[in-house]
Amino acid sequence: MKRTATTFVAAMVLLAAGCSSDGGGGGSTSGADVPGVTDTEVVVGTHHPLTGPAAAGYASISPATKAYFDFVNANGGVHGRKITYKVKDDGYNPATTQQVVRELVLQDKVFAVINGLGTPTHTGVLDFLKTNRVPDLFVASGSRSWNQPDKYPGTFGFNPDYTVEGKILGTYVKDNLAGKKVCFLGQDDDFGRDSLLGLEKVVGAVAAKGTYVTSNPNVGPQFGQFKAAGCEVVVLATIPGFTALSIGTAAKIAFKPQFVVSNVGADPTTVGKALGAAAPLMEGLVAANYLPLSTDEANPWISLFKKVNTEYNNGAEFDNNVVYGMSVAYLFVQSLQAAGKDLTRDGIVEAVKKNGFGGPGLVPLRFSATDHAGYGGTQLTKVEGGKAVFFGTAYTTDDAEGAVAPHTAQVVTPPSNGVPAA
Amino acid sequence: MTDMKTKASASPVPTKVAQERRSMRRLAPIAAVLAGGVVILILSYTLEPFRNYQLATVGAYFCVTAGLTVLTGLNGQLSLGHGALMATGAYSFALAQNKWLSLPLSFVVAIAVTTLAGAVIGLAAARLRGPYLAGLTLAVAIVVPSVTSTFDETFNSDQGLSVVLDPPPGTIPMERWQAWLAWTGALLTVLLLAFLVRGAFGRRLRAVRDDETAAKLAGVNIARTQVLAFVVSAVCAGLSGALFAVLAQSVSPGAFPLTLSLFLVMAIVIGGLGSLFGALLGAILLVALPTFAQSVAEQTGSHRLEGNLALVVFGVVLIVVMLAAPGGLASIRFTFIRRFRRER
Repeated sequence: MKRTATTFVAAMVLLAAGCSSDGGGGGSTSGADVPGVTDTEVVVGTHHPLTGPAAAGYASISPATKAYFDFVNANGGVHGRKITYKVKDDGYNPATTQQVVRELVLQDKVFAVINGLGTPTHTGVLDFLKTNRVPDLFVASGSRSWNQPDKYPGTFGFNPDYTVEGKILGTYVKDNLAGKKVCFLGQDDDFGRDSLLGLEKVVGAVAAKGTYVTSNPNVGPQFGQFKAAGCEVVVLATIPGFTALSIGTAAKIAFKPQFVVSNVGADPTTVGKALGAAAPLMEGLVAANYLPLSTDEANPWISLFKKVNTEYNNGAEFDNNVVYGMSVAYLFVQSLQAAGKDLTRDGIVEAVKKNGFGGPGLVPLRFSATDHAGYGGTQLTKVEGGKAVFFGTAYTTDDAEGAVAPHTAQVVTPPSNGVPAA
Repeated sequence: MTDMKTKASASPVPTKVAQERRSMRRLAPIAAVLAGGVVILILSYTLEPFRNYQLATVGAYFCVTAGLTVLTGLNGQLSLGHGALMATGAYSFALAQNKWLSLPLSFVVAIAVTTLAGAVIGLAAARLRGPYLAGLTLAVAIVVPSVTSTFDETFNSDQGLSVVLDPPPGTIPMERWQAWLAWTGALLTVLLLAFLVRGAFGRRLRAVRDDETAAKLAGVNIARTQVLAFVVSAVCAGLSGALFAVLAQSVSPGAFPLTLSLFLVMAIVIGGLGSLFGALLGAILLVALPTFAQSVAEQTGSHRLEGNLALVVFGVVLIVVMLAAPGGLASIRFTFIRRFRRER
């Protein structure tokens, strides 16, 4: 037993020695000691699902963000600092997110966490990031949890929140599909619930509603119920895999409603790939977006992003996820630029609060001292000939009782070297 | 600490020396746990925060692997469902904590609920052998996500619940506090288990494992022993789950997947079945191997590798250990030292 104790002690000491040897690599800074910031570098990190059930589509976002940062770095960086982007795989598992975010903050000493992906995953690290005073910028999800300036002063969203989107999709249904029976299928979490809340604010109570969980890839019962209820319009708050599953399941039981789909589950490339030979079933699908579409060759942002994709992302497949990743990167570069040469954590939070960012987005960002939600609206798209095209005008609204108002986008031309003027 | 050792030393007729040795053996676990406590205390002050968090994770894993190794190694019942028991503990803890916000009370609730769950599963398990037992416990592991989505009003489906925690007392950093909590749990668990397996209960466990008929002839109640073993092991899993809820400050079905249950079994087999020290090695591996795999994968630059390499590494380690030391990592040390002593 004594031997056991001795070995135990030895093992723990060895473990400690082995562990601490590679730690403590924080950067030395010029004036104030800001974690992750030196005169020549700023280190930021994120957690994304690179493997696991949510990896489809979402796994291509962080390489795109990184590619854009590489492009900016090649052009001299921001205020002379190159951006280092550390991406950790959390497999969309909240327990792993806890682990990797601690690693980023405590060990890699990142300056900020950028674009952490997922509602269930990111919710768990809000308190940790707040306690450590780490700016938590542009969360990749539309949950309203990010918009709590009093509780989480350093957290800001990126996506339009799901209630805003639900209201805009609802307005489309009310104006164009009046009198039709509307049904709703949503993910069994904040995503589905917030989306339904927004939809029902505009169209009133839906005729039938269902939920699904990602761990059970079967929506047969829900669609059987929708068909029996005589639904003519089905609004989906689903991730791409489940959008495809819904469309396929409906077709199998010869049920042909008009699909209206949330932005996060509507990328035609991702959904089309999941549908395979049945991809033409997507024709006529109505969805929403707030960034330029990857197929819109005429848009100057798309041509810039395409160029960056070819040069710095090994020519990865150019879809809306890549556009998303690069738009996030551009917004962060803008924030760094606005925060000035003496970069601090408080400084960048103030800069984001001040807002005034123009970029690829079709609608303005909502950021202010009292609002930490991301984009304030969306524009509707329709799948025509296998690709999504915008129609009508962009709308903005809020997550409360505010009206859904048309918005005319001001065209912003991208800077040719990728770095916005100071 | 291994059963092999006990068998060897149990044979001679009790003499005064043997009695003395026995009382020494009784005290040994206390000494080991005290030493462990001191080491943890020192480590928690010297390690940097992230390593402290990992240390806490090892502690939380140690609770469940210790319980599982007693069940599987000493009683011969294979459980593939301990992840589900951890989930039971974690959810009970989260619900109690969010309602009453009292840490000790929440731990008690978590342990009470898993005792109950362990008794129910144990009753069924005591009637089953071999693959059927594995099948039953496997089903328990798989059912967790369905339960959380069927009763989504309470468990909030895949998104899970966040756990409200009071800040640590005084100026103790969060990570150090977590390490203390986890290791208090782990060391208490190990102390209790060490006493249990050294006493009459431990003998009954082994008797049932080795030959049920012989055990029955000796007057051992087979079913009761098996159910008790399962309950004890379930309690350890429940405590571990509650500790994970403290560490992650959230609970969700994704944190307790089927692979977790399988990893637990792998960890105790690699560590050395039936040995509490092996359970510690297993717990360390459960934390160290994924970290190691991730850093290797990061260097190769392939994102796809990152999430999957850990599985491969675990598999390879299992095969290598089984080939080189069929008794697990804990047995290497013992054979080595024994040989050394004999030569001397």
